[in-house]
Amino acid sequence: MEPLLRVTDLKAYYRTEAYGVSRTVRAVDGVSFDLYPNEIYGLAGESSCGKTTLIKVISGTVKNPLRIVGGEVRFSADDVEHDLTTMTPDELRRIMRWKRISYVMQGSMSVLNPVRRVLRTFEDIVATHRGITDRKEFRKEMADHVARLGLPAEVLRAFPHQLSGGMRQRVAIALATIFQPNLIIADEPTTALDVVVQRGVLQLIRQIQAETRNTVLLVTHDMAVHANVADRVMIMYAGRIMEEGVTETIFQRPRHPYTKHLIGSLPKIGERSTRASLPGSPPNLADPPAGCRFHPRCPAAMDVCRTVVPEMLQLPDRHRVACHAVAQEEGLPLPRPEPATAGRTAEPSRSEDLS
Amino acid sequence: MIKIIRDLLKYDVRFRFAAGMIGLILVMVLLSFVSPYRPDQTFTVAMDAGPSLEHPFGTTSRGQDLFWWMTFGVRNSLMLGLLTAAISRVIAIAVGLTAGYRGGWVDRVLMSVNDSFVVMPLLPILILLGFLFKGQLNIYLLAVLLGLFGWPWDARLIRSQVLSLKQRSFTQTASYSGAPAWRIMIAEHLPFVLPIVFATSINNMLWSMGMEVTLSVLGLSDLSRPSLGTSLYWANQHQALVAGVWWWIGAPVLVAMVLFVGLYLLMSSVNEYIDPRTRLRLIGA
Amino acid sequence: MSTTTAAPPLFELDHAVVSFRIGSVLASSQLVAVNDVSLRLAAGKPEIFTLAGESGSGKTTLAKVLLGDQATTGGEVRFQGTRVADVIKSRGHTAFMQEVQPVFQNPFETFNPLRHVQEYLFDTALNFKVAKSRREAEEPVDAALRTVGLSLAEVRQRYPHELSGGQLQRVSVARALIPNPKVIIADEPVSMVDASLRMEIVNVFKRLRDDEGVTVIYITHDLATAYYVSDRIAIMLRGHVVESGPVEEVLTDPAHPYARLLKESIPEPVPEDKGAWTRRIELGATEAGEFTRAGCKFAGRCPSVMDRCRVSNPPDFVVGNRLVKCYLYDDEAND
Repeated sequence: MEPLLRVTDLKAYYRTEAYGVSRTVRAVDGVSFDLYPNEIYGLAGESSCGKTTLIKVISGTVKNPLRIVGGEVRFSADDVEHDLTTMTPDELRRIMRWKRISYVMQGSMSVLNPVRRVLRTFEDIVATHRGITDRKEFRKEMADHVARLGLPAEVLRAFPHQLSGGMRQRVAIALATIFQPNLIIADEPTTALDVVVQRGVLQLIRQIQAETRNTVLLVTHDMAVHANVADRVMIMYAGRIMEEGVTETIFQRPRHPYTKHLIGSLPKIGERSTRASLPGSPPNLADPPAGCRFHPRCPAAMDVCRTVVPEMLQLPDRHRVACHAVAQEEGLPLPRPEPATAGRTAEPSRSEDLS
Repeated sequence: MIKIIRDLLKYDVRFRFAAGMIGLILVMVLLSFVSPYRPDQTFTVAMDAGPSLEHPFGTTSRGQDLFWWMTFGVRNSLMLGLLTAAISRVIAIAVGLTAGYRGGWVDRVLMSVNDSFVVMPLLPILILLGFLFKGQLNIYLLAVLLGLFGWPWDARLIRSQVLSLKQRSFTQTASYSGAPAWRIMIAEHLPFVLPIVFATSINNMLWSMGMEVTLSVLGLSDLSRPSLGTSLYWANQHQALVAGVWWWIGAPVLVAMVLFVGLYLLMSSVNEYIDPRTRLRLIGA
Repeated sequence: MSTTTAAPPLFELDHAVVSFRIGSVLASSQLVAVNDVSLRLAAGKPEIFTLAGESGSGKTTLAKVLLGDQATTGGEVRFQGTRVADVIKSRGHTAFMQEVQPVFQNPFETFNPLRHVQEYLFDTALNFKVAKSRREAEEPVDAALRTVGLSLAEVRQRYPHELSGGQLQRVSVARALIPNPKVIIADEPVSMVDASLRMEIVNVFKRLRDDEGVTVIYITHDLATAYYVSDRIAIMLRGHVVESGPVEEVLTDPAHPYARLLKESIPEPVPEDKGAWTRRIELGATEAGEFTRAGCKFAGRCPSVMDRCRVSNPPDFVVGNRLVKCYLYDDEAND
């Protein structure tokens, strides 16, 4: 099957310069993965792992100081093929946004205009992307759309602040699905919501995906959500992919030390035994560690991890891991640790070279 | 402080221009102290002579060397601007902070007074006062008057900033750290308020100097004191343009332009630097 | 035989009510954020007490009441036997803050982005007379940071954005510890922190209770961490405490239908066994409807609703070691 979205060695950095102080934050630093039609793909990672930047690239909202520095993002569906990294902002708006790729953000207030009724926001978006010829026809279409999603008709007439947080989020999902896009990106859609509401919102997402057989890219740090909703899961850390696989595999047989920690540290009702936390904190992406970016906090770190970036290893059943320790377990020869120099080995050293 | 100036000089072209322009103005101000002519002396040099090496700005119809006369003018205008700004800052900060922090009826009363000042038609009032004080509206009195009228816009700005700062979580943290209200104001909120104060001071200076020019050209201020405005007044009195003595209008206009543009560039470059958002970017947020 | 009077409870809520008037002068309505809540935290027995509930349940308002920032409109809140308002009036707000300290939800907003974080720690030490000079304050500040698993050397000269959410929250807890308070009220301390960093903070609460003798009131909607760390729990819905008791009992086998719904809705990190989580649930469109409902606030969504539930709000019934506000447990009526 042809992938819907093929991301190849994507690199996207933030470059800021003020008063002689210039900083380059390597938010996404060599990411490759595929999204297929008819699946829910979970992206797991904590804050400052680069997932927000990745979403910006995929949804086509790259603005200064963010720049795509390398790699490509190939979208193909229904005889249409585009490379998102080379499209102009105008093309992205006309062709991709909302019609082929739409998104649901954390905190629906960013997409729902607080001073307009919900229906008006719907009108704004449809008018921009498709044009409205018959107002009455449009209103009926919207009413049907929200009804199909199980939302009461009154939400269209309400102002956003009159709705509960969960209802607003579901309205945002309705908004994102108007044009039946091929890909819906949901960025922490339930993080601020309570468990009951979260359950309702996630069930809605699953329902939509099952009916339209499209692709959902679900981004959240909450592994328990992935366990219940995602078909495949990818774990990202400090701008790189650590592990990717089918959900059952990731949860039952995690290989990467970071994945093991993410899953093992979750408290479960019924168990009160002490759970240790991972020492240290996520790295500063303006000055990331050399070699494997996880090595300063990794319980299985070896010398080679400090200087050589681990290659992505292909394991059976669509399982991939980037870890020297796992390579060793699989019987593969380890690369020799490079001598530790002051600069960065195995990494592009001059950011200016990659304009 | 030195670091701020050094950074700005190195990286902000606006600041370099501003430094140059204000430098020129300051040189003129300093020269006023060694002027060979006193500003009240007339007919000391040839009349209506064009700009030359001996008289860089030419001479006036009253026999005065325009350049040395203008050094006093610049000094007086600048002093007016600084004095007005100082007086109105004090009032604006006091009113803005009090209204913002106290809230309630204090806030309502202060803002009613504030808004009354905003809607008062200032120019007609000053013209009226100019007529009443006929000729005695000297530079200091004018500065005080302008200062007493120049605060309301900025007080409201400061008040809005205070209101939003009060809501932020770190204000509560400071409060639970046992800090009294005044310490919170200074340690937590001032860095956010300072850019507004700085920008509005320069703004205020420009406004007051402009007001002075307006009043002087209309002949309503103390005409014996040299200033940017009075030079234009005297030039008009002697029909300088008709008589072909263009440098009498040209020189004050040129000096005013250098002063105003210089101050404006100073304001925008320094303001961007001390803006908390820039500081955050610099420290790496 | 001598009789000693038991020390008054650390905190006691006695039928506390907080209601707000919302709307304009002409058209207003009552919002009862805290509705007849009674709780007691014993003195001399540090514990971790969880106040759990969705947003709009009243837990944040209750936190404000305990911190002395919100007055009750009915009933009383007492600290060590005296009404909180009286404590503040007679001994001053600072004296009360010495005993009761908060930890806030958003670690990134808790500190001024333009100040080094250690400044707050030193300020607290000096303002609460824990030390007389900055040099003297180094020691208690470092000790407080060590209690939370950090150190002054790590944190010195750091701006808030240079630390992770987990570290910032721990610094926030350290700051709250410096005046040696009896109670720390943590309002959703982990909800804005990444899932794997939550354990750091929650483990710190355990240490506070066991090693420092501090009672922690843990306000959250994350029942998994509540189960992991707390001793007792009170579950709130629209201003009422619907079930309260020892956390093991309440969360492993909830009695109140709402508590059951909450527990069922927690996603478990076990993909093969999604079980009850996948069962479809209905969500309410607006919160206002539930708030103003007469009778039990859960009647609109309760699978076991009876007629009397819609008419009057149930009182507390004793079920084992817990109190449950549900007519299902009215033994007299059900006999």
